[in-house]
Amino acid sequence: MKKLSARRRHPLAAVVVLLLALAATGGLYAAFAPASKAQADTTAQSLAIDEGKKLFSVGCASCHGTGGQGSSDGPSLVGVGAAAVDFQVGTGRMPAQQPGAQIARKKVIYSQAEIDQLAAYIASLGAGPTIPTKSQVSPEGADIAKGGELFRTNCAQCHNFTGKGGALTHGKFAPSLEGVDPKHIYEAMQTGPQNMPSFPDTTLSEKNKKDIIAYLNAVNGDDTESPGGLELGGLGPVSEGLFGWIFGLGALVAVAVWVAARTAKAKKS
Amino acid sequence: MSTTTTSDSRPSREKAPAGEKVADWADGRLGIYSLAKSNMRKIFPDHWSFMLGEICLYSFIIIILTGVYLTLFFHPSMNEVTYHGSYVPLQGQLMSEAFNSTMHISFEVRGGLLVRQIHHWAALIFLAGMFVHMMRVFFTGAFRKPREVNWLFGFLLFVLGMFTGFTGYSLPDDLLSGTGVRFMEGAVLSVPVVGTYLAFFLFGGQFPGGDFVARFYSVHILLLPGIMLGLVVGHLILVFYHKHTQFAGPGKTNNNVVGMPLLPVYMAKAGGFFFLVFGVIAAIAAIASINPIWSMGPYRPDMVSTGAQPDWYMGFSEGLIRVMPGWEINLWGHTLVLGVFIPLVIFPLVLVAIAVYPFIESWVTGDKREHHILDRPRNVPTRTAFGAAWISWYFVLLVGGGNDIWATHFHLSINSITWFVRIGFFVVPVIVFVITKRVCLGLQRRDKDKVLHGRESGIIKRLPHGEFIEVHEPLSQEALHTLTAHEQYQPAEIGATVDENGVERKVKGSERLRSKLSEGFYGEDSQIPKPTVEEYKEITSGHGHH
Repeated sequence: MKKLSARRRHPLAAVVVLLLALAATGGLYAAFAPASKAQADTTAQSLAIDEGKKLFSVGCASCHGTGGQGSSDGPSLVGVGAAAVDFQVGTGRMPAQQPGAQIARKKVIYSQAEIDQLAAYIASLGAGPTIPTKSQVSPEGADIAKGGELFRTNCAQCHNFTGKGGALTHGKFAPSLEGVDPKHIYEAMQTGPQNMPSFPDTTLSEKNKKDIIAYLNAVNGDDTESPGGLELGGLGPVSEGLFGWIFGLGALVAVAVWVAARTAKAKKS
Repeated sequence: MSTTTTSDSRPSREKAPAGEKVADWADGRLGIYSLAKSNMRKIFPDHWSFMLGEICLYSFIIIILTGVYLTLFFHPSMNEVTYHGSYVPLQGQLMSEAFNSTMHISFEVRGGLLVRQIHHWAALIFLAGMFVHMMRVFFTGAFRKPREVNWLFGFLLFVLGMFTGFTGYSLPDDLLSGTGVRFMEGAVLSVPVVGTYLAFFLFGGQFPGGDFVARFYSVHILLLPGIMLGLVVGHLILVFYHKHTQFAGPGKTNNNVVGMPLLPVYMAKAGGFFFLVFGVIAAIAAIASINPIWSMGPYRPDMVSTGAQPDWYMGFSEGLIRVMPGWEINLWGHTLVLGVFIPLVIFPLVLVAIAVYPFIESWVTGDKREHHILDRPRNVPTRTAFGAAWISWYFVLLVGGGNDIWATHFHLSINSITWFVRIGFFVVPVIVFVITKRVCLGLQRRDKDKVLHGRESGIIKRLPHGEFIEVHEPLSQEALHTLTAHEQYQPAEIGATVDENGVERKVKGSERLRSKLSEGFYGEDSQIPKPTVEEYKEITSGHGHH
């Protein structure tokens, strides 16, 4: 102890104490502060936002404004949330090819990683619905019949009984739901893209959405069987009438012509 | 008959064969010998278009047969039950017994779905067949005296068929048909003054109530088919009584029928044709789905789907309502819904327009003679143009009825289609009328040319001085006869308005109208005078170039 007390007055003593104190607080902080992993995530997130912003200024800003605030050519994206981006870009609707009654589905241009970056950027502009998880959109454990009832009550007016699509005013339309990724159906209900009303969780609960997805999977999915034979588009009496006229009556008239031509005719002079 | 002659030549003690005994027994009680004698050798002419009516008859029989099978399993009740059948996406849903039993027919009853689909497809084809059959009769003028009554029978069958179809389509109480019934209720409600009472009477109270399926059921399986069956029998009796019409041709006159006898040729053909019709309809029912009620779900008045249309034969009424602007008048606390009421009034008029035409035509021509020789449509341009215009009118309305399907499948705006139908409702028939008439006149000119100058042989000849001519071959006598067999009416003049004493007679308005119409039907602009014998002789006597 003598040695230590003897150097107490050493000119560097204060510096050493300061270093020790700093090391102690730093160590304590390191021990008690949130896990360092979280720190790394924050970095990735901000990286994604940065990358998303770059993609946005190239592909989207001309209509939606440089900060996503919107312009005369496109709506503001503040608060639309990541789900809206994942739906619009993930189904190829955005970036839009041309203005018109409605922006249609087309080939997806961005990779899923890029879509995620764009979504991260838009989500950073204001809070909004997030991209659903796998379990939220999986038809497992859902009530198909309940989903059907909900679908007929809320969706069939525009999308038809089993989601074959239908017409809206002035060239707009409710698209067919055949072959649509369940994630996108969920996001569409959540965000209400284009002419569709939105069905937030307060209107259609998470369970309800799952039920609807399960119903669509059952009646309009890849494994759906049509017990009656050809579905004829599932459009109802118009396509049935057309089929009945062309193939029903058409075949019968052909048969009639055949029968009439095959008769014990007297020889023509 | 040959059987009676053989029995005469046989010693009377010998026992007659069993068949003869049965025939004798029946003859003594039913008089079948004379019936058979007069009808077994009935002649029917051969043409495929004369078999369109048979398609209707056979599909009607198929509908009755399959319909009987369906009644064995269908419960016409609107009591609410919970579904426990094998179709998973509806399990646990509440529905009416009618829907439940239709699901049962479709998924659990052996052959139920196939029979349901045969029944429904046959209904669509029955109506389509009647439509085409009616048009065949129309365009060939087969409705003329003495067949006016039979024309009306046929027309009534078509209209009753529409309503039988509609009531049948409503029975399963599914979401699609329920929307159709709601539509009908709305139309009834729009009738001024009595509409509400009528609707309450029909549904036994507020829509949908608990009665309409049972009521529609008795209408669908008993009342309407009963009347239709009677009309079909009457229709056939009249066909037998009038004998069948035939197209003009050598040896065919207004007083004979050239063709094959009922027995054995036509019996064999018609019998075989029945099975062909049954086969085609069954094949279609096995291939293609129709009215998949499991996809539509049970009816609930708070639900609706897009693409909710009636079957095709009611489609024109759907078109009327879809394109009608939503006008309404409010007076003294009452609403007159013109947007629905006007279509309701036009709906029967569309049908009546074609039904009354034969009577208008016979009034204009003033022709009281019987006609058993059919017209070629081109030789009666005004009638043909009217028929084509009517079909186009009907088709425009069908486009209106399916405007949403047109919009989605042809990437059009539904509003533009609606406007097209609104304008087309007035304009398209006129355009089609004019064009069809021109086409008919053109064909008449071509016929005339063929008669006078012969058929183009395709052989080009070079004359010594270098001119090229095409060699025309004269037609055969048969062809000449067929092309010139039709008679042409002359426009009816208003007779002298002053009699021999110089007294002016009053000319009635109807007489003036008739003369005007007659000029329009048969005037210079409406038919090409057919070649006369003199013209033919002059041209073929060697003075002509070819």
